[in-house]
Amino acid sequence: MAERRFEISRIPGFATIAVATFVMLYLPIAALVTFSFNAGNSVAVWEGFSLHWYADAWNNQAVKDATARSLIIAVCAAVISTTVATLAAMGTTRRARFRGDTFIYVAINQPLMVPEIVTAVALMILFGMVKEATGYQGLGYLILAHSAFCIPFAYLPIRARLEGMDLSLETAAGDLYATPWQTFRHVTLPLLGPGILAGAMLAFVISLDDVIITEFVKSGGQDTLPTYMLGQLRRTMTPEVNAISTALLALTVVLLTIFFLLTRKRD
Amino acid sequence: MSAAEERLARQSARNGWLLSVPALLLLGVAAIGPLAVIFVYSFLTPGQYGNVVWEFSLDGWISILFTRDIFEGTLGLADAHLTIFWRSVSLSIMTTVVAFALGFPTAWFIATRPAKQRALWLFLITIPFWTNLLIRTFAIMEVIRAEGVLNTALLWIGIIDTPLAIIYTDVAVLIGMAYVYLPLMVLPLFAAIDRFDMRLLEAGYDLYASRWQVLRRVILPIVKPGIVAGSILVFVPSLGAYVTPRVLGGGKNMMIGNFIELQFLAGRNWPLGAALSVTLLVIVTAALLIYVRAANRGSNPHG
Amino acid sequence: MTEAVTIEARNAVKAFGQGDHVVRALDDVSIQIRKGEFFTLLGPSGCGKTTLLRLIAGFEMPTSGTILLDGADITDLPPNRRPVNTVFQSYALFPHLTVAENVGFGLTMQGRPKAEVKARVAEMLALVKLEAMAGRKTSQLSGGQQQRVALARALAPQPKVLLLDEPLSALDLKLRKEMQVELKRLQTETGITFIFVTHDQEEALTMSDRVGVMSAGKLQQVGSPKEIYTRPVNRFVASFIGETNFLPATVVAGGVRLSTGDVVEVATAAMGTVTLTVRPEQVRIVGAGEAGAISARVKFLVYFGTDTHCHLALADGTEVVARVQSPASGEAGIVEGSEIGIRFAPGAAQVLED
Repeated sequence: MAERRFEISRIPGFATIAVATFVMLYLPIAALVTFSFNAGNSVAVWEGFSLHWYADAWNNQAVKDATARSLIIAVCAAVISTTVATLAAMGTTRRARFRGDTFIYVAINQPLMVPEIVTAVALMILFGMVKEATGYQGLGYLILAHSAFCIPFAYLPIRARLEGMDLSLETAAGDLYATPWQTFRHVTLPLLGPGILAGAMLAFVISLDDVIITEFVKSGGQDTLPTYMLGQLRRTMTPEVNAISTALLALTVVLLTIFFLLTRKRD
Repeated sequence: MSAAEERLARQSARNGWLLSVPALLLLGVAAIGPLAVIFVYSFLTPGQYGNVVWEFSLDGWISILFTRDIFEGTLGLADAHLTIFWRSVSLSIMTTVVAFALGFPTAWFIATRPAKQRALWLFLITIPFWTNLLIRTFAIMEVIRAEGVLNTALLWIGIIDTPLAIIYTDVAVLIGMAYVYLPLMVLPLFAAIDRFDMRLLEAGYDLYASRWQVLRRVILPIVKPGIVAGSILVFVPSLGAYVTPRVLGGGKNMMIGNFIELQFLAGRNWPLGAALSVTLLVIVTAALLIYVRAANRGSNPHG
Repeated sequence: MTEAVTIEARNAVKAFGQGDHVVRALDDVSIQIRKGEFFTLLGPSGCGKTTLLRLIAGFEMPTSGTILLDGADITDLPPNRRPVNTVFQSYALFPHLTVAENVGFGLTMQGRPKAEVKARVAEMLALVKLEAMAGRKTSQLSGGQQQRVALARALAPQPKVLLLDEPLSALDLKLRKEMQVELKRLQTETGITFIFVTHDQEEALTMSDRVGVMSAGKLQQVGSPKEIYTRPVNRFVASFIGETNFLPATVVAGGVRLSTGDVVEVATAAMGTVTLTVRPEQVRIVGAGEAGAISARVKFLVYFGTDTHCHLALADGTEVVARVQSPASGEAGIVEGSEIGIRFAPGAAQVLED
């Protein structure tokens, strides 16, 4: 457009920096994805297209086990954390302030505030004692730890949804002879549904991505996908890691897209 | 309050607590409670092969800053520790600065797009935000390492004839942290700029301000709460970073997070590791308190 | 209209906040609302009218006092057990339900048989002329249509009292006028007691059988629209409803003496210093020096189309506004700066105690 006018919100150079930032943000990811399709062993020199690294990863028993473990933990953690987070969100929104409500809020968001490495070593010590005392070495510890740190991620979208919901809807239900339980069943829950689903998806993604706490809490031979990948660092890197990364990336993007579609409906 | 009002208020508070109990229990067992264990461990005596001996000792705390000379039993400053602290703090500050320098124009750019495009640009920032940190760190590693994409490309073009030695340096850690934490800067900045009333710019220009003066005198003061929020959100995880320095620093260029790990996994000194953890926790909490105060001030200008 | 009382509030007090910050939103209000009447609570925002409505609906508990329905104490009854329904200011239509499901919600919650719910919903939708919209989601409706759904939903369970919390405030002027007529029609057809909350005095005057004027948590006056307009009991009511003149005066034998020395004949039991109020349209302009008229000077005129407001100054500078019909084409009318006389229409002036 040749139209000449004073663009009020333009600041010289900002658009250039912004576009460059987006390029820098996506270039490494693009390279990572690209070289997962590399025929050769290099993650930097292109030697032709091939899917064989995906096949290798698929046929690698360690990867298979780690994937299964990651999924089991993430599903359990998502279900548990979303359930307790939904209850807590109902308890802490849309009622008069009460003694201790700030404490509850801070406690729920605590995993967001404490550096993960600190929680990780703390859990290692505590669960180490429990492991020694009970002899139980299973996935329960990881599920418990993941469920806990996923709570704020499930809680925040549910709480946001609840706060955005017109309180007069439930007042109206009460006015129209609904008991508190009927109000919850016929009004609150159907309207809260997308928020709960969004919360569960975030919890799932967060659990799936966790490295540090998993690394410290897991018993021997309990690698998840991220800790397996971290372990690969000690060897020479092959595009197999790129292939696993790309698959995880694709899963995350799909889930996030659904999450956005769910939460966008609000406006 | 009447009896009925009081009964309702009590009932509401009780329900609030009851509904929150399952979440609090879970967090108590697997997130908050264990921190007490760390606190206790920082006051115990290190065991011979890792772990602890249940005897009170301040050695964990003292050895944060000092080393005991084995032969003379005198205390000297622990230079290696100070180097690690200094690296952690300075890298975190630099990460914050770099993220702001890139993040502010980016956030401004997104906020000034037409409404329909804005959601897309925002989505593009959000994807890396939720993408596995390890994957993003690997991605940046594959770009900057000796046989990586960057060096291969530069050699091929002919700008350099020996590969740049970036990987396993502080610079590599800085690049990596700025890369992985950038979205944490952009999102709160965007939120602040999005609320900014663009008519104030018209008022600024109307009153003879230049572009630079408008930026400095109008925009920056008003979006300051967003700047504080973004800076803290980048600074806090940088200070506690573990994965990025481990992958890109290559074991030598440790930050506090890796130093804590070393005390536990290499079985060296659990009380020291615990004391370091508590220290990190205190610093991070202090930074977050500043954040909360800034955020409150932002939402309540008359407060 | 019968004189039976449907809703009664006795010494209702509602205080919010604690300690030093207690605000009495409702300050000792007693009121009786008769069966089958269209009663309007009128007042500026924050006067306590919505709080009173919420106490009647059961959304809030009074700090003290009682609410009675047909003589029975319902103060502690939760809203879902009161035969009282509300039309909310924001309509509060359930976004996940269709129009028909919204209208049938109350009956379904009461556990009425499906067939009855269906028949009643159809009846209600016909009443508000929305038969064609039954299957739509509420978000697909216009503001006026949503308003009708809210009405139908609240009327469907046949409540004893319908509460309307500023239901017309979100509509534009033309739609508001239509809905005023519509509401009046629905009230007459159903015979249900309506309690209508508004801050719009015109709405209150045109629709109501009786109006209760509220200010600062207190009920100032209850009466028919005409009583409220022509016989305001205090300065607040006089000034909140319509425009009026306030003139300082002292009570003398047979009337009051204005600050100019002129005596106005008016019946009053008050003593000492009072305020005389008279509506602008009750001020008649006569020739200067006419016997018994108060002399005044025309300061300036404000043209309103059919009417013209004449801003006048009495001999001592006291301002009076007179509303007169604008002069017919070709006539000169009143001229700014001219000396004239004024009279008050018989019985129009009203004494307010200070």
